[in-house]
Amino acid sequence: MLTAMRYASPTTVAEAVDLLGSEPDARVYAGATDLIPQIRAGRPEPAVMVDLKRIERLCAVSSSGSTYTVGAATPTADICAHDGLAAAFPGLVEASGLIGSDQIQSRSSWGGNLANASPAADTPPSLIVNDARAVIAGPGGERTVAAADIATGPGQTSLGPGEFIVEFELDEPPARTADAYLRLIPRTEMDIAVVGAAARVTLDGDGRVAAAAIALGAVAPTVVRVPDAEAALIGNEPAGDALAAVEAAASAATSPIDDKRGTVAYRRQVAGVLARRAVSIAAERARERGEQR
Amino acid sequence: MSRVHVTCTINGDPAEFLCDGGQTLLDALRDEAGLTGAKEGCGTGDCGACSIVMDGRLLCSCLVLAPEAEGTTISTVEGMASGDDLHPLQQCFLEGAALQCGVCTPGFLVAAKALLDRNPDPTETEIRYGLAGNLCRCTGYDKIVRAVQTAAQTINETTES
Repeated sequence: MLTAMRYASPTTVAEAVDLLGSEPDARVYAGATDLIPQIRAGRPEPAVMVDLKRIERLCAVSSSGSTYTVGAATPTADICAHDGLAAAFPGLVEASGLIGSDQIQSRSSWGGNLANASPAADTPPSLIVNDARAVIAGPGGERTVAAADIATGPGQTSLGPGEFIVEFELDEPPARTADAYLRLIPRTEMDIAVVGAAARVTLDGDGRVAAAAIALGAVAPTVVRVPDAEAALIGNEPAGDALAAVEAAASAATSPIDDKRGTVAYRRQVAGVLARRAVSIAAERARERGEQR
Repeated sequence: MSRVHVTCTINGDPAEFLCDGGQTLLDALRDEAGLTGAKEGCGTGDCGACSIVMDGRLLCSCLVLAPEAEGTTISTVEGMASGDDLHPLQQCFLEGAALQCGVCTPGFLVAAKALLDRNPDPTETEIRYGLAGNLCRCTGYDKIVRAVQTAAQTINETTES
């Protein structure tokens, strides 16, 4: 199987764009950890598999001023081993490390996780609460969009023909800011999220929430932001009634499905619990960060 | 259709093979390079029976396209023993009966070696997480974990003495 396809490994973004322009039935890939199983499960084989990993920009992590740039095909193993990213975005890095086994970690990437557009993907909620931007290359040149605007439904994205994600940009978080990600799966390891919850909290000098972002995975066709929960936190200490409001708002924001991993009712309840806990962890980290400065 | 010529290093030796563009590296290792140690269990990256190390990264060769191997350095289970001397992991798997049917064993050995190369003295928990990408339907894992612990001890004692 898989033998009818051709393989291409462009070494520059421009070369990849030209290739995709001349081969309408080409598919870009990074780790292929989703793509090969999908083809084996019966999805049509593309005529050309375009391996993006030989393009330096796609696998590079750098920082300039207060912005990190992370290549879209960078293996999550490298992201987890990057001290700067782990310090700035602990929740996003935790989410990255939850994807699959060590074998999968060698290949899985933010770009693939986002562009595959699985509702249960682990890193998109964390990319979204951190206001990550995706730099997209295509026939019209490069454009930058919010990571939140990539997935439009299960397996569906806003990427146009011949477009692919080159890299992500993340701004260094402001003072007293931190994120967290929690995921529930039916076992300890090696499963897909029943619910994923990412939170990012900024505290003011008095320990009250100055800014908050909460995003849920696996409870709707795409990642769900919970503005009501965010609003309930602003101006309050991240405790008591404010956290109860977060839990209620998060549960209410979901529109989950029943499947073998969980029922609608279970997912709704767990979404609230995980959102509350993720906010607590993010707030505690934000507090510790404030003390360090 | 034209086949792809791949030049790489496998288990320390220069190697070359012809493959199809959409062939997996697992199939190319087995069918083109004649290295049948890596096994196909699931073909979807879940079971780890096809584990190899490519350019220092442990991965499932069933999820790698064979042409990706161009210019890389690959280690497979065939490279673990030195001549007739088994690697301590292989010896401990044998002595500890850490296998039954044996299909998963090459993947476990490669993954365990990658784990010990990175973390020479892992805890039981670290071993279990480190081998979470490898499935065994025979042993129940305990004997595998114990074999890795014994091998780590053996390697560390040899290194110290």
